[in-house]
Amino acid sequence: MASLDDLKKRIASVKSTQKITKAMKMVAAAKLRRAQESAEKGRPYSEKMNNVILNLSNGVSDKENAPKLLSGTGQEKTHLCVVMTSDRGLCGGFNSNIIKKAKSYFVKILDEGKELKIITVGSKGNDQLRRVYGDKIIENISFKESKNANYFDADKVGKMVIEKFEAGEFDVCTIFYNQFKNVITQIPQAQQIIPLNNEGEESSSDESYEFEPDEDEILSNLLPKNISTQIFKAMLENSASEQGSRMSAMDNATRNAGEMVDKLTIEYNRSRQAAITKELIEIISGAESL
Amino acid sequence: MSEEFKVEIVNPEKSFLVKDDVSEVVVPAFEGEMGILKDHISIISFLKPGIIKILSKSGDENYYIEDGIVEFKNNNLSILTSTIFNLADMDKSKQQDLLKQAEVEANRTDINDQSKYLADQKVEVLKTLN
Repeated sequence: MASLDDLKKRIASVKSTQKITKAMKMVAAAKLRRAQESAEKGRPYSEKMNNVILNLSNGVSDKENAPKLLSGTGQEKTHLCVVMTSDRGLCGGFNSNIIKKAKSYFVKILDEGKELKIITVGSKGNDQLRRVYGDKIIENISFKESKNANYFDADKVGKMVIEKFEAGEFDVCTIFYNQFKNVITQIPQAQQIIPLNNEGEESSSDESYEFEPDEDEILSNLLPKNISTQIFKAMLENSASEQGSRMSAMDNATRNAGEMVDKLTIEYNRSRQAAITKELIEIISGAESL
Repeated sequence: MSEEFKVEIVNPEKSFLVKDDVSEVVVPAFEGEMGILKDHISIISFLKPGIIKILSKSGDENYYIEDGIVEFKNNNLSILTSTIFNLADMDKSKQQDLLKQAEVEANRTDINDQSKYLADQKVEVLKTLN
């Protein structure tokens, strides 16, 4: 059995760990509120953008010659996956969930004999994927310096994706991120952004629009923007999810530490009592023998 | 019948402005300035760098934008833009900064004609502000 002194030290160390996790939880909670707010504020833009594109793609007269970003290259040989994770750890299953989702997709792609290319956004995803899929990762981006998700960063990723698409490096692009539902639930998502997948979505109206300049020109200008917008949306959802996930992970850690402190304190008191009893017995039996 | 309609400006970070007592909006569309009044036909158009003028009862407002899309439908005008500044909040130094940036962009030789045209537009608009 551990000595009294050891127990005391352990209690102290667990307590200080608890303090840290508690502080991290508070910080995550504060950041979560901000991240959630900006995720909600960002939604109108991407929704409106989606709507406009939906209306436009319905208005495109010549489906055959529609921009490639909308209709695809006509084949599905090379897949590009943009895996978006966080730059920091200690956030529960946040990163692992995205990676798990992405990996099952990778396996499917490779089983079908297709080519796979990966872009990782955020260093944690890169760390986890490097071991198995190291040779597939073509680019690794990290926004450690930016405090909050901002459109400028998303635009950088978007431009890169489009550049690669125009160079013919891939046919299909999918982004992986966590959608924020609430603090406890984040749903890993795989969203195909190239070619744009509008199936199952009905246009809100069949009213015809006047276009200026014509549909094709607007579309070819708008689609690249939409890529950046979707990536930005994913980044916002991700940052809210990260904070939510971290908050609940740290909440659990704090609680576990509390339980551990209780258990250790009981053990400490027991062995202290045992020592006292032992001493008493010794004194009494010493007195009796006189 | 009132002659007012609703305008909403959104940028990627947030909903920038919502106003529902607007009588006229002038936007710098790709093929020239375009004034939009109530009951305009449904339209989607691209914007080039320029000034958005919003005329309403509660006062006129001017915004400088660098790009964007407008959608008008059922007397709802939505403007999507990634860069927008209220002219009233914009001081001279900010204008100079933007102008400098735009000039650098316009003088680059490795860009295509369209971006060059847009950059030139930016320079022009910003110059008229000063």
